This record gives sequence, C-alpha cells and structure tokens, in this order.
Amino acid sequence: MEIPYTVSARRDTGLWNAKVGIWLFLASEVMLFGGLFSAYIFLRLDAGPGDWPHGLLNVPVGTMNTAILIASSVTVVLAWAALKMRDLTKYRIYMAITILCGVVFLVVKLAYEWPQKFDHFGAFIKEDALGKYEQYLGNKHLLEKGLPPRKEITGHLHNKQALTDANIKEYEIALDPVYADPTNPVMDRPHFWPKPATDKIASIEKEDVQYANMFLPKHSSYFASYFTITGLHGAHVLGGVLVFCYMMLPASTRIYRHNPEHLANRVEVAGLFWHFVDLVWIFVFPLFYLL
Amino acid sequence: MSIKGFHIVFIVFSTLLALGIGCYCVWVDLTVGEPIYRTGAIASFVSAVVLIVYGVLFYRKMKRLRLIT
Repeated sequence: MEIPYTVSARRDTGLWNAKVGIWLFLASEVMLFGGLFSAYIFLRLDAGPGDWPHGLLNVPVGTMNTAILIASSVTVVLAWAALKMRDLTKYRIYMAITILCGVVFLVVKLAYEWPQKFDHFGAFIKEDALGKYEQYLGNKHLLEKGLPPRKEITGHLHNKQALTDANIKEYEIALDPVYADPTNPVMDRPHFWPKPATDKIASIEKEDVQYANMFLPKHSSYFASYFTITGLHGAHVLGGVLVFCYMMLPASTRIYRHNPEHLANRVEVAGLFWHFVDLVWIFVFPLFYLL
Repeated sequence: MSIKGFHIVFIVFSTLLALGIGCYCVWVDLTVGEPIYRTGAIASFVSAVVLIVYGVLFYRKMKRLRLIT
C-alpha cells in the first residue's frame, strides 16, 4: 500500500505529512526542554550567595563539543543538499561525518566529562564552622572584594570510605587549586582552563559539614539540573545518530532508487530534529558552563 | 519552515553564542587578566566571523540552486 503525502504536499496543510509531524513533535520538545530550563533558572535565582556551584565544568571540552555539534548541523544540511542534487556518494560522506560527530559528542560526554564529575567531591561547611576553614575558603578576602562567599570545599576525596563509614570522623580531601590558595586574586573567578587537584590535603571534620557528596545528581540542585538536562540532551543525540545510521542502510538506498525525493524528505525531517537538538545545546552550554 | 530556514536560524544563534563567549572572555580577561581568556576571546570572535561568512554563502548557494525560493 502506498502511503500518501510522503513526497507531495497535502492541499489542506500545504505540507507533506512528515513535516507537519516533526514540527508538532518539536513543539512538544520545546515545552519539555523549556520546562527544564525554567526550573534551572528559578532554582538558580532562588539560591543564596555562595550556594550555587560555579566553575566546576570543563569549559574547553564543552567548547569543543559545541563546535562538534555546530559542524554536524552543517554536514547534515550538506547531506540533504547532496540528495537534492542526486549525488548519493556525497550524501553518504556527509551523513557519515554527521554520525561521527554525534558519536564523538556522546563519547566525550559519557566517557570523559561525566566520569570526571563522579570522581570529584564537595563538602558544604556549616555556617557556624566557616571561620574554622577560613584558610581554605578565603572568605575575608572575597568580602573585601565584594564577591560572594565560598561555602563548599571541593577536591579529590582520599578516604572514600568516609562517605559510608560513620566511625571515620573526617574527610581527607586533595584540594582543588582555588581552596589550596584561596586569597590569590587569580582564584577569584573560575578558570577557563581547568587545573588538577593539588597535593595539599585538608581534613574536614564531619561534624562541621552540612552536606557532602561526590559530584552526583544528589550533590546539589546544580548537578541535578546538569545531569538531567545534559542526560536528556544526550539521549536525543543518541536518537538522532540511530536515525542517521538507519538512513545509511541499504533500505534507504532502495527508497532512493525508487524515489530520491522521498529519501530527501526523510533526511530533511531528521535534519530538522538534529538542528533542534543542536540548538538546545547552544543554550545548555552558556547556562551551565559559563554563567 | 524547511531545513534551510532552520539552518539559517541555527547559524544565527551559533553566531550569537560565539559573540557572547567572546564578550565573556574579554570581561574575564579585564577582571582576572589571564592570557588564555584573551586567546579565547580572539578565537570566539574569529568563529563568529566565520559563521557569518558561512551563513551568507549558504544562503546565496541555496538561492542559486533554487533550494531557497
């Protein structure tokens, strides 16, 4: 049975069916991501001075991933244009590059960025114990400069069993550079180029800690939002890659041989989805990595 | 909207992002003064120019090929 309006436009909508479908779907996606972005913005606006983590993500890696996604949007359009010009070889080359970009993005995210976070530790100090850890926090220096105070000490946790063993009374942390040298003016702002944890070990008594955990979703609203939004975005990238892989299979070539315009329309619809996913990242990157 | 139109919208947002990152790097460079931010600012502004040039060329080519009517 021939499915109608896969190539020609319907009279009532003026569009072929898949295009109407993808835009309805993208409208629902706008609501999904819009809700999550709104939640993030309100959580952040509601956070007190020093309560919202800042400068914990790897900006150069995020920038590289942004460039990869922008490049993939270019190649997917080129793949579509190649089909329009009936050049199947070029279409395959551009589609392969698009798939490669998507895979690299996911590998960097899942094999490098996320595991780095899972291995990092932060301890929020109780208000009345902040003075005790002034040598790591440098809040007097920040106060003089009119900057928000630091309430959390971060780094690599040496005694990980302290998280579960109630008999261990303190956390031993190899400090991040900002806490090893907190009064250095260079440390007043987050670093564009991330610096590794120092050799300086700080002992933080558990009774002085309000809350402590690895950089997991339960660490803070910030990381809960970060993992939710980047995870959902990553799932969309994976979905896009799978669709593009399908469009490289012999089944798609058969569609091309039967009616090239049919495959071009399919690629256009998938390309619209891919552009939307990349556009979401254009908002994710500055919100989480820079601001 | 077709993929051509959406692509141009996407390039516009990407250009705005590149300009925004450039301004961010200039601001941090002025407050902190680390050379890496100056490099970041230059790279961002160059990227913005490249994206603008690409956007214009893309639009012209699509029009020439009558893929944009």
